Amino acid sequence: MVTRTLIVANRAGIHARPAASIVKTANQYKSDLFLEKDTMKINGKSIMGIITLGATYQSTITMICEGPDEEELADAIGALFENRFEE
Amino acid sequence: MKSFTVLDLMDLDLKEQNHLGLSCIGGRSGLSKVITSSKISRPGLPLAGFFEQFSAFAIQVFGRGEQAYIAKQETEGDFGSITRFFDSDLPCCIFSDGGKPSAKIIELSNETATPLLVTDLASSDFTRRLIQSLDEVFAPTQTIHAVFVEVYGIGVLITGESGVGKSETALELVERGHRLISDDTVKLRSISDNYLIGMGQNPLLAHHMEIRGLGIINLASIYGVGSIRERKQVQLAIHLEQWDAEKHYDRIGDQNLADTYLGIAVPKVIIPVKPGRNIPIIIETAARNERLKKMGYYSAKQFDQSVLRWLESEAVRRSYIEDSEVP
Repeated sequence: MVTRTLIVANRAGIHARPAASIVKTANQYKSDLFLEKDTMKINGKSIMGIITLGATYQSTITMICEGPDEEELADAIGALFENRFEE
Repeated sequence: MKSFTVLDLMDLDLKEQNHLGLSCIGGRSGLSKVITSSKISRPGLPLAGFFEQFSAFAIQVFGRGEQAYIAKQETEGDFGSITRFFDSDLPCCIFSDGGKPSAKIIELSNETATPLLVTDLASSDFTRRLIQSLDEVFAPTQTIHAVFVEVYGIGVLITGESGVGKSETALELVERGHRLISDDTVKLRSISDNYLIGMGQNPLLAHHMEIRGLGIINLASIYGVGSIRERKQVQLAIHLEQWDAEKHYDRIGDQNLADTYLGIAVPKVIIPVKPGRNIPIIIETAARNERLKKMGYYSAKQFDQSVLRWLESEAVRRSYIEDSEVP
């Protein structure tokens, strides 16, 4: 299991498009992805779930990856957050 | 949990018969004070000067008795224990029965930043509503990945891995006249450790659905307001999983599986999915069957009893026929 802390760096927060790109990336891997914010823990392979997190600019999200390719998945999602979802 | 402040208490979205009718008339600077407990205190004793075992952390409700006592103390000019009472760092004071706190009390609440609220409701009615609302606020919650629909009046939680077809199944159920409560994320709340209430995580997003190939759709505007619901008791859990030829599935219906959320057991049915199986109809049947069980009729057991009765009567018949063949 890989656990990392991510910070939302794009100004608009995680809205539909960033959520879709997280799901698209996550679906390329076999491992499970969970995202945690405050008391909410959601499946990172579901668009509606990610949007309901209500992750605004500068909010902190804990990412949990579990499975055979968890390291690669964590790196890929981490990179998305670092690149501000190309926004 | 996010902390629950006095302002949140005043902002609680409650319907007519549950409305608290609160308005703030003093101590506004304390409106951000956090309410930490669902306990309610009637402060008769502390007002009279007895502070042992006083629940200062609780919401203080002044009924007619307390108000009459304050009025009496005021005419006598004795504010000793009242001042001490307001100095106890209270979350808030509420005057019920349409009571009007005097200028001196408002001054005390402003000085100590204790929000002073009034309501027109009678204290008994008000405390009942308040306890009910606070129980819900402080109830343990859990957010799960599932779709929640109401089918024939039964709250059905559909779980399963992503991509197994939960949303598509729910869509078909809505098409067939059932109601969607939430897609994808369901917030469960245990009410008095007795039953579970499920609702959408966010009322703004709850009735939207993501269907692969279509994107995000709004059920309320496509199917109308009759196809959605805000909240519902969770009464049945349906777990969808890919058909596994190796696995043994319930063939009789007597397995009585259950899923436990927040310590409350919910009857569970596992439904294997494969092309050609009409899952919405199976779920409808499961919901009807669950209703029958609640009414005391247990299909699988009744069937078994009928079989036993029939076997019994056949056995008797055979012995009769065999007997008669004896010369």
